[in-house]
Amino acid sequence: MRSYLFPEFQIFRDESACNQCRGCERQCAFGTHIYDPVADRMVTNEKLCSGCQRCAIFCPKNALVVRPTPPYYRPNEAWTREKIDDLKKQAETGGVLLSGCGSDKPLRIYWDNIVLNASQVTNPSIDPLREPMELRTFLGRKPDLLEIDDCGEISTELGPNITIEAPILFSAMSYGAISYQAFNSLAMAAREFGTLFNTGEGGLPRDMRAEFGRYATVQVASGRFGIDAEYLNCARAIEIKVGQGAKPGIGGHLPAEKVSSKVAATRMIPEGTDAISPAPHHDIYSIEDLSMLIYALKEATNYELPISVKVAAVHNIAAIASGIVRAGADIVAIDGMRGGTGAAPKAIRDNVGIPIELALSAVDRRLREEGVRSRCTIIAGGGIRCSSDVIKAIALGADAVYIGTAALIAMGCTLCQKCYTGKCNWGICTQDPRLAGRLDTRIASQRLVNLLTAWSHEIKEMLGGMGINAIESLRGNRDHLRGVGLYEWELDVLGVKGAGE
Amino acid sequence: MTERRVRREIHEKEISSCSIFGAMNRDGERFTGEGVTRAIANMHVRGNGLGGGFAAYGIYPQYQEYYALHMMFTGGNRQVKREAKDEFEAFLCANFDLVYDEEIPHDDEVRVMDPPLLWRYFVAPNKKGDEARLSDDDYVVAKSMWVNTQIENACVFSSGKNMGIFKGVGFPEEISEYFMLDRLYRGHIWTAHGRFPTNSQAWWGGAHPFGLLDWTVVHNGEISSYGTNRRYLEMYGYKCTLFTDTEVITYAVDLLMRRQRLPIELVSKVLSPPVWKSIDRMDEKARKLLTALRMVYAPLLLNGPFTIIIANQREMIGLTDRIRLRPLTAATKGEMLYLSSEEASIRLISPDLDRVWTPNGGEPVVGELSERGCQ
Repeated sequence: MRSYLFPEFQIFRDESACNQCRGCERQCAFGTHIYDPVADRMVTNEKLCSGCQRCAIFCPKNALVVRPTPPYYRPNEAWTREKIDDLKKQAETGGVLLSGCGSDKPLRIYWDNIVLNASQVTNPSIDPLREPMELRTFLGRKPDLLEIDDCGEISTELGPNITIEAPILFSAMSYGAISYQAFNSLAMAAREFGTLFNTGEGGLPRDMRAEFGRYATVQVASGRFGIDAEYLNCARAIEIKVGQGAKPGIGGHLPAEKVSSKVAATRMIPEGTDAISPAPHHDIYSIEDLSMLIYALKEATNYELPISVKVAAVHNIAAIASGIVRAGADIVAIDGMRGGTGAAPKAIRDNVGIPIELALSAVDRRLREEGVRSRCTIIAGGGIRCSSDVIKAIALGADAVYIGTAALIAMGCTLCQKCYTGKCNWGICTQDPRLAGRLDTRIASQRLVNLLTAWSHEIKEMLGGMGINAIESLRGNRDHLRGVGLYEWELDVLGVKGAGE
Repeated sequence: MTERRVRREIHEKEISSCSIFGAMNRDGERFTGEGVTRAIANMHVRGNGLGGGFAAYGIYPQYQEYYALHMMFTGGNRQVKREAKDEFEAFLCANFDLVYDEEIPHDDEVRVMDPPLLWRYFVAPNKKGDEARLSDDDYVVAKSMWVNTQIENACVFSSGKNMGIFKGVGFPEEISEYFMLDRLYRGHIWTAHGRFPTNSQAWWGGAHPFGLLDWTVVHNGEISSYGTNRRYLEMYGYKCTLFTDTEVITYAVDLLMRRQRLPIELVSKVLSPPVWKSIDRMDEKARKLLTALRMVYAPLLLNGPFTIIIANQREMIGLTDRIRLRPLTAATKGEMLYLSSEEASIRLISPDLDRVWTPNGGEPVVGELSERGCQ
C-alpha cells in the first residue's frame, strides 16, 4: 500500500560543504542518509527521518540542516496536520498509535502561569554566594513530635529517612527501556551528586548492586521483573509503581527485540521474549491490598527502607494519596500527565490524567486537612523542566521532585518521540550495542551532574531572593507564589493568590 | 456527594518592623514599668506610632490562681462595643467561674487613637462534658480561640495567670501612660514593643506583645517562612486569625514548649537551627539530635530576619534568626537581665552594667528565675 504521508522533516544538505564522509549515514539508525557510490554523493530519504538531529550535530562540516516540514495541507484548526497524519497512519496500519516522551499538547502549563516572590525593603534578600543556603532534603516518614529524654537522647522512634543534597531525584527509567549506558550514567550521577536514581521496573543488574545500590530507588511494578531479596535490600528505597503519568491505567510492553541477554538476566525472564507489565498489580485490587504489599516489602527489608508508592495524577488524586499514606507508605510519588515514557499509546499519553501542579496542590492540602502530611514525603514528577519548576513545586507542597525527561535531554535526547522504535541514535533508548555504545557514561554522567549543580545554584538564588535560606521554609509556602492569567477556580485549586492580590 | 471547592485565602499578611525591650529581675523582685517605658521610648524612631505594648509578669499576686483575661471590645461606637461585651460575658458565664472583673484602668487624658473598650476578667475554668478531659490550659486556649474567631468585635489579648498584656495603637510610651504602667503595676519581668507596620491599618489587637496563656512574644522582623509555619500549626489546631508573624511565633512556642515540653535550648534549635555544615561537624550525639530536630520540625524553622523576646512567668528568652539579620543586645546588672534592640536603651536606665554582649545568630539568651525568685 502506498503511504499517503508526507515526511515530517526536511533535510537540507550544503553540497559544497559535504565531503561525502558518510558520517551521517553511520549516525542514523533509521537509514535516512545513504551514500550513492555511482554519483559519489549522499542521498536522503526524508520519510525515514525522526528529527533527532544526531546527523546535524555530528556533521563535521556543519553541512546538514534538519527541520520540520511546513504544513502541506490547507490550514484547518480542527483537522490539524497532526490529526490528518495520525489518521492516515491508522488507515494504513490498523494499529494503535504509539509515541514516546511526554505529551506535547498545548494543555496549560501552570508553572508558566505562576510567578515567584522576592524580598524588598521590609526583609533582606540573602546572597547565596556569601551566606549559607541549604537544600538538604529528607525523604521518608517523620513522627509528629520528638520525645527527648532527660539525657538529651531521642526516645521517639524515627522511621527510615534518606538524605539528599537537593530536592531533585531521577525518576524511574528502566534498564531495557533505556540502554545500560544511560542507566549507568544516571546511577553514576546520583552517586556523585548525592541524590537517587530509580531503577524503574526492569531490575538492577547484579554487577551494579554493590556499587550503586545505595543510590537507587528500586521499583516493584506489576510485572515484578528482576525482584529478589538482594535487589530489595541493596537499595536505599523501594517504590511500588502503580501508575505512570504518561499512561495512567495501562501497563507496559518491552518488545522482545529489546530483551537482550543482559536485559533478560536483569529482568529474570527468557532472552528475546516480550516483557509485559499488566495494567494493574494483580495482587492489588484495593487499598488494603496495597497496604499488604507495603508491609510485605517492609518485612522483607527489616523496616530499614522507606516505601514509596508512585501513582499517576488522576481525577481523585487527593483521596488516593490520602489512602496511600494511611496504607503505610512513607513516600507518595505523583506523576503528572506530562511525564515521559519509552512507549505509550498516543491517545492515552495525550488525554489521560491531570497536570501535576493541580494534583500536587490538591494532595498537599488534603493531607494537611487530615493531619497526616508529616507522615509522608511527597515527590512530584511529570513535566519538571527547569529549576523554577522545581521551586514552584516545592512551594506548592512537594518535598522533592522527580526529573526524567530533563535528565534524558541532559544526556543528549532531543525529544524526537521515537523511543519505542529502539533505534535511538543518541544511544539512550536502545539496546543496540552499536547505538548504546555512543553514550560515554563518563560524559553523560558529568552532564547530569552539571544539570543538577546548575539547578541547585539557580534554586539558591531564587530562595535567597525570597529571604529564605533553607528549602524547608518554602515547602507548602504558597505565600511566595502568585498566579498570572489563571481563572478563579484554578487559583483556588492551586491555593495561590492572583498577582496583585 | 460533590465537595465544594476550597477558596484560596486572600488575606494580607501584616508586615512590621520594630523596637523590642525586655527586663527581668531573676530574684523575682518586682519593679514598675517606668524604666522599661523610658527604655523603649528611647527607641522612638524605630516605631511609627501605629502600635506599642507591654507584657508584665507578677502583677496580679492577689489573683494569681486565676486566669486573667484581658479583653478588647471594638466597634464604631459605644453601643457596638457594649454588645460585643454582652455577648462575650454570656459566653464567659457559661464556660468560666468569674472571680472578679473591672474595666482596665486607663488615663483618658492621654490621647490615643480610637481606644476600644478594655476590660479584664479573673476566671477559673468551668469545664463540662467532654471538655472535662482537657487540661485547664488547653481549655483556656480553646475558649480563647473560639472567642477570637466567633465573637465579632471581641478579642482576648491576654490570658495568663498573674500577668497581663497592655497594648494599643500609639507609641509605646503613650500606651504606657494610657495604662499608667509606671504607677499601677509592679512585675518581675517586663517586655515592651514599639511598632512600625508598613501598612496604615491601625488596630489595637494587632499591636504586640502577643500572648497565649502566660507565654508572650514581642518580635522584630518578617518571617519569610510564614506560609510554611502557619500551615503546619494549623494541623495542630491553631487558628491563625491575625495574619501576623508574631502570632505564628507565639503558637510555635506554645506547641514546642508547653505542649511538647521541649527545653528552650532545643526549641531555639528548632526555630533557628544551626546550618548543616555546623551540624555535620558536631559529635555523633549532637549531630543525631540536631539532625532529627531539623528533620521532624522543619516546618517550624523561622526563616527570614527576626529577633524575639519570649517570656513566661519564670523565664525571659531572647533569640535571633539563624543568620542574625535583626539586632539584639543582652546585658546584666546584678540580678537584672536586659534584652534590647539597641544597647543605648539599656544604658539609659542602667548605665553601669556588669556585662554587655551581642548573642550569635540562633543562640538563645535565657533568663530564669532563681530559686529565691521562684518562692
